[in-house]
Amino acid sequence: MILQVLAQIPTDGVTAPLVEESTSRLVTPRIPWSYLTPQLILFLGAVIGVALVALLPKRLPKYLSALATVVLAAGTLVSIVPLWGRVGNAREGAISAWSGAIGVDRFGLFVTALICLAVLVTALFADSYLRREGLDGPEFYLLLMTAAFGASIMAISNDLIVLFVGVEILSISSYVLTAMHARRVTSQEAGLKYLVLGGFASAVLLYGLALIYGATGSTNLLQIQVFLSERVLTSDGLLLGGLGLMMAGFGFKVGAAPFHMWTPDVYQGAPTPVSGFMASAVKTAAFAGMIRVFVVGFGSAAELWRPIVFVMAVLSLLVGSIVSVVQSNVKRMLAYSSIAHAGFILLGVHSATERGTSAALFYLASYTAMALGSFGIVALAARRGEHLQKLSDLRGFATAHPGLALAFALLLFAQSGVPLTGGFIAKLGVIGAAVDQGDWALAVVAMITAVISTFMYLRIIVSMFFVGGGDHGEEPAGFEGPPVNVSWTSMVGLGIVVVATLFLGILPGTVKHWSNQAVVEMVRDSGR
Amino acid sequence: MLLNQFLLLAAVLFAIGVYGVIVRRNGVLVLMSIELILNAVNINLVAFGSMHNVSGQVFALFVIAVAAAEVGVGLAIVLLIYRNRRSIDFDELDELKG
Repeated sequence: MILQVLAQIPTDGVTAPLVEESTSRLVTPRIPWSYLTPQLILFLGAVIGVALVALLPKRLPKYLSALATVVLAAGTLVSIVPLWGRVGNAREGAISAWSGAIGVDRFGLFVTALICLAVLVTALFADSYLRREGLDGPEFYLLLMTAAFGASIMAISNDLIVLFVGVEILSISSYVLTAMHARRVTSQEAGLKYLVLGGFASAVLLYGLALIYGATGSTNLLQIQVFLSERVLTSDGLLLGGLGLMMAGFGFKVGAAPFHMWTPDVYQGAPTPVSGFMASAVKTAAFAGMIRVFVVGFGSAAELWRPIVFVMAVLSLLVGSIVSVVQSNVKRMLAYSSIAHAGFILLGVHSATERGTSAALFYLASYTAMALGSFGIVALAARRGEHLQKLSDLRGFATAHPGLALAFALLLFAQSGVPLTGGFIAKLGVIGAAVDQGDWALAVVAMITAVISTFMYLRIIVSMFFVGGGDHGEEPAGFEGPPVNVSWTSMVGLGIVVVATLFLGILPGTVKHWSNQAVVEMVRDSGR
Repeated sequence: MLLNQFLLLAAVLFAIGVYGVIVRRNGVLVLMSIELILNAVNINLVAFGSMHNVSGQVFALFVIAVAAAEVGVGLAIVLLIYRNRRSIDFDELDELKG
């Protein structure tokens, strides 16, 4: 059941009105800190990290920041396990805290777990990348953690204010991460473009939030939901305007057409591990926020926003797959393919059902693995200075580095939806959810564009494996440029994503089960 | 009663801000235009807040804080680009192309 409003039962003193006790005492909301362990680990990790970096001597071992990030991300993952049980069982159940501002449910925990995995793998890839580029230092990892903190706040937000703050913590950290490469002008250009367009999108989203607040009289999603289900609005101009602007803002954050213009530029210019992080964690968090607000908060007004999502899904699928075919830069190709993937996930959102939500979550899980791996390999293959990211630079990659090329091919096949990989089950899920709702047109568009984007993935694979065959089968060209150095941390990261992709494809049962359980529950603040 | 006038003012400010983001080519002016949009939202929030409850004002305070953080990062990136290229004109930023 998506909506589960628990009645407030005043059996003990805890839930009795606090005002009666004494009017002079400041009434503060009760905060169940233990439910916020994952967020607290990420937040305190970042804050204490900044303090330590400032206080400790300059010459810290180079691996320390990456190691700390991996440990903290793994710790967050571990802290989610007991919470998952507590939030799921009938006695305790999902909770709402901070006067209903946040809601901890399995949906939020699932998304937080995905974000932590993305942080973990990104840190593994980033370690050798940052050393190669001469950028090593703790800043990257600290920003990664604040970004993850913002993302996980979005996943558990139950209030428009909290949602907005989460979006901004995530976005501002990603702007800096994008502009991180101090010596590459493209990185700074990408950072500025991301900042201006992202700031603009945030402002549009915010305008939408303000209109929603004006129309419903509350920023709390549960109260908005109750308000909408109890009333029939005679004039819904404010509500419609708010929904439209909010959808535009979210569409930008997830990178869906027609709000996708920033995606190729930013993914191309950003340091490649950051591109991977944006394709995985940022997209996941944005979709989590979108599902929380639209599918649950505005679930009873679904007929108002579903057409917008329909158009966005179709456009994303078409633009993402068709434009990616004519690109020559591998990072740009992957960026356009991420737009197409956003279109697929929008299929799940569009169905506005529990099945659609869980299909979208499963898709996000498998895309997280595929995107992190693909960008990780591109980061390795582009070599120092990231000069070699053209498709033609991949020629002879398979003979020089058969293992990496095989892994890349596997991840690309998975993205195109070949059976026995996570991508297939994921696509099956979202298309199934769309067909369930009778959206045959959407399902057909999705399947046709999947075929078109397969052509793009094959182009990359062909240029890796069939030397010289890319252009008119001319003289076989060898792998050019300096050798690719693969550190063991990158190998571990790559191992994780490849195993995850295969595991999701061959034995999808476990994660499928988890994603089915990860429904959004909205409960009234019980002061627990 | 008065609400409509506040909403109109906010809408006009929003429109001016959007115009600025689209037309202006100077990095700093674009950032200022974004600030203008955010302040339009603040007017909206406070106006709605006077009609509904205090949440609107709380929201506006959060927006002010976030806007300050965003413009801080924005100016830092603009400065970085100025140091490298001696220009903050958006039309000259054309390294990234398909």
